[in-house]
Amino acid sequence: MSLLAVTGIRKSFGPVDVLHGVDFKVDAGEVVGLVGDNGAGKSTLMKIVTGMYSADAGDVALEGESILGKTPGERRALGVEMIYQDLALARQQDVAANIFLGREPVRTLMGMKFVDRLTMKRQAQAMIDRLGAKLPAINRPVGSFSGGQQQSVAIARALTFNPKIVIMDEPTAALAVREVQGVLDLIRQLREEGIGVILISHRLNDVLSATDRIVVLHHGRAAANLTTAETNMAEVVSAIVGGSDMVEAAAHEARA
Amino acid sequence: MASTEPRVKLPARGLWSRVQARSIEQLHIRLESLVVLIALAMLMAILSPFFLSVSNFLNILLATSTIGVLAIAATFVLSSGGLDLSLGSVLGLSGVVGAAVAVKLGAPMPIAVLATIGAGALAGLVNGLIITRAYVPAFIVTLGMLGIARGLALIISDGRVIYGLPQAMVYLGQGRPFGIPMPVIIFIVTAIVMHVVLAYTRYGRHTLAIGDNENAARTAGINVDFHRLTLYTLSGALAGLAGLLFATRINSGDPTAGITYELTAITAAIIGGTNLFGGRGSILGTMIGALIMGVLQNGLNLLAVQSYYQQMAIGAVLILAVFIDQFQVRKESRV
Repeated sequence: MSLLAVTGIRKSFGPVDVLHGVDFKVDAGEVVGLVGDNGAGKSTLMKIVTGMYSADAGDVALEGESILGKTPGERRALGVEMIYQDLALARQQDVAANIFLGREPVRTLMGMKFVDRLTMKRQAQAMIDRLGAKLPAINRPVGSFSGGQQQSVAIARALTFNPKIVIMDEPTAALAVREVQGVLDLIRQLREEGIGVILISHRLNDVLSATDRIVVLHHGRAAANLTTAETNMAEVVSAIVGGSDMVEAAAHEARA
Repeated sequence: MASTEPRVKLPARGLWSRVQARSIEQLHIRLESLVVLIALAMLMAILSPFFLSVSNFLNILLATSTIGVLAIAATFVLSSGGLDLSLGSVLGLSGVVGAAVAVKLGAPMPIAVLATIGAGALAGLVNGLIITRAYVPAFIVTLGMLGIARGLALIISDGRVIYGLPQAMVYLGQGRPFGIPMPVIIFIVTAIVMHVVLAYTRYGRHTLAIGDNENAARTAGINVDFHRLTLYTLSGALAGLAGLLFATRINSGDPTAGITYELTAITAAIIGGTNLFGGRGSILGTMIGALIMGVLQNGLNLLAVQSYYQQMAIGAVLILAVFIDQFQVRKESRV
């Protein structure tokens, strides 16, 4: 049984068909790269997995049980986490508030529940330290941080509640070289802990170096399912562009 | 002589910055607004011999109580990234409904009180339903409600003031247990409760998160639409409470009560540090904002300044407050 099984997902926005029956699997401790051209449907597919979009047809199952009927909050509680490309941070709130957003620990006082800020701060600090991230201060609004620091907060949020599967949408797009290495190391660490990872990226070098398997979306279908160890840049690029212009595109990627 | 030491700006090192950071973290207020309030009070105390007295302070609080309750509503809605322009009209409608229920139907006081607040809550619920289910912008919906609620108040009352509330109700507006006016007590208790709700409960924190980044709140599993619905209902209920305070203080249901009060309430919230676009706000800050306006009005009254100038002064304070705030935010944020 797969950790995450996506079967026959279809989705259209009005007259625009985005996904035409995508099948997709992730095992525990497996890192799967999800690549494809802009508009291939990567983000749409992942938003269906996290519950931000509903699917027109098909099913999403976590450990064999369908989660399609569940809200985004319930899916998070079950262990489906996503790090969004825009990070989805509340920029005027501090680090702890962002990490615990929607899952704040509470203390009951005279029958009323109050947010336990002390516990939040302590655990947020512990998580940030574990990631080795350097933040100016934990009680500052995250909007005052640099892009890389904000990314650390988004990653910390995804990892604080013992996820089973972590979806990363372009986690390295805005990062410096050293920070990219940090993210790739983190992905390997998650794999060792038995967590499933889906890595969406345009940086094929990162995908080839960090994943076990690569799924290529093309025109709303899973056009290829490649084992990373047995494939190469040319094959991946060919699948992404759909066979045409392959030589030229692959040559370009190889230079990059 | 120019120093050879490199001049590096270290944020959060000076005493002011440290106290500021603590104040924001613990009390959820910016120090500037408190400083302005104290400075203003000191100025008035110097200019007028009548300013510094217990009875005058109670006057200020009494004059602030109705607007203050409305400003609490405005703070909740604004900090969630919303807007409620119908506050003043809903205040008027609630007062008329309460007076009609008490005077024309002869209902007992608790029922009349519930009807007053309930009428406000209902108007707020309608706002919230249209905003969250029909996706009409809050600006339009509450602007429409501003007209609808006012018209309804005039229809119910036949355009006339409904006099003669029962004694038990009038006590809520005119009673003075321990010498403190009832509206002041109700206002302060409401403010404390709502401050705790906004600053220390999940409901309050989610309100700010929704105003900050609605998408982030959604991905975090917060039911944003339902949360918004409850916020507008709460806003209406608080406008109803303000309507109750207003009606019982003047011992009548006046269909023209509270015209343009929504603007004053929003002004108080903004002076108190609420972000007009959501994500930041505290009731304590709003109370300081309301008191700044109250002290300004009271002081200018004591100095016998024409009320036209008072309006100009408050308008100027609003712009100044937002200017200072924007200056600070720009300095600290990379937005």
